[in-house]
Amino acid sequence: MASLDDLKKRISSVKSTQKITKAMKMVAAAKLRRAQENAEKGRPYSEKMNNIILNLSSGISDKENAPKLLTGTGEEKTHLCVVMTSDRGLCGGFNTNIIKKAKQYFQKILKENKILKIITVGSKGYDQLKRQYKENIIEKISFKDSKNINYFDADKVGKIIIDRFEKKEFDVCTIFYNQFKNVITQIPQEQQIIPLKTNEEKEASSNDSYEFEPEEDEILSNLLPKNISTQIFKAMLENSASEQGSRMSAMDNATRNAGEMVDKLTIQYNRSRQAAITKELIEIISGAESL
Amino acid sequence: MSEEFKVEIVNPEKSFLSKENVTEVVVPAFEGEMGILKDHISIISFLKPGIIKVYSKSEENKYFVEDGILEFKDNNLSILTSSIYNMSDLDRNKIDQIVKDAEKESSTDNIDDQKRYLIDQKIEVLKNLMLN
Repeated sequence: MASLDDLKKRISSVKSTQKITKAMKMVAAAKLRRAQENAEKGRPYSEKMNNIILNLSSGISDKENAPKLLTGTGEEKTHLCVVMTSDRGLCGGFNTNIIKKAKQYFQKILKENKILKIITVGSKGYDQLKRQYKENIIEKISFKDSKNINYFDADKVGKIIIDRFEKKEFDVCTIFYNQFKNVITQIPQEQQIIPLKTNEEKEASSNDSYEFEPEEDEILSNLLPKNISTQIFKAMLENSASEQGSRMSAMDNATRNAGEMVDKLTIQYNRSRQAAITKELIEIISGAESL
Repeated sequence: MSEEFKVEIVNPEKSFLSKENVTEVVVPAFEGEMGILKDHISIISFLKPGIIKVYSKSEENKYFVEDGILEFKDNNLSILTSSIYNMSDLDRNKIDQIVKDAEKESSTDNIDDQKRYLIDQKIEVLKNLMLN
């Protein structure tokens, strides 16, 4: 059995861990509010962008010459997967969930004998994927240095993707991220961005005629690259809200577990202290009796 | 009948402006300035660098945009832009800064003509602003 001194040390160490997790929870809660606000503020832009593109693409008459970003290269040989994770750990199942989802997709692709290429955004994703898919990772991006998520960073990722697309390095591009639902629920998402998946139902409702200035295909070919950056930006915003939410609940759990542990250890400490006292008393009494 | 319609300007970070009661919006569309009144035909267009003027009955606001897309439909005007500034927030120093950045970009060689045109346009608009 552990000595009293050991128990005391244990208790104080658990208590200081609890302090850390509590502080992290507070910080995450404060950051979460901001991240959530940002995610909500960012939604109109990406929604509107999507709407415009839907309206445009449904109006396009000449599908043959439509931009490749919209219709694809006509092949599905090489898949590019952009896995978006966080740069920091200690956020519960946040990164693991994305990776799990992504790995399922990877396996499906590899089974079909297609070529898989991976870009990781965020260092945690790279750490988790490098063991198994090292030769598939073509680029790793991390925004550790930028404090807030900004459109500029998203644009950089978007440009990298488009650059590689134009060099015909891949045919299909999918991004993986966590969608923020609420503090306890984040849903890992896979979203195909090249070629753009258009929702058939929506197309039917929007057959109003538009006037275009300049020509529609010109607008479309300018808009599509922007849309990719926008979708990535949206994913980044959702991701950051999810990260903070996930961290908050993980740290909350950790704090509670630490509390339980302290209670248990304190009981054990008190019991053994009492046992030691009783033992001493017995020794004294039996010593006195023998006199 | 009222002659007012709704305008919404959004940038990636947030909804920049949302107003229900505007009477006219003048935008720097790709092929020239364009004024939009109520019941304009549905239109989608690009913006080039310039000034957006938003008129309502009581006031008039001006914004400087660098790029963007505009969609008008059912008396809803949406403008999507990645960089927009309220004119009243722009002072001389800030304009100077933007002009300098633009000039630097314009002096690099590896940009195409269309981009160069847009940058020159931006510089021109800003320089005009400085004169006033």
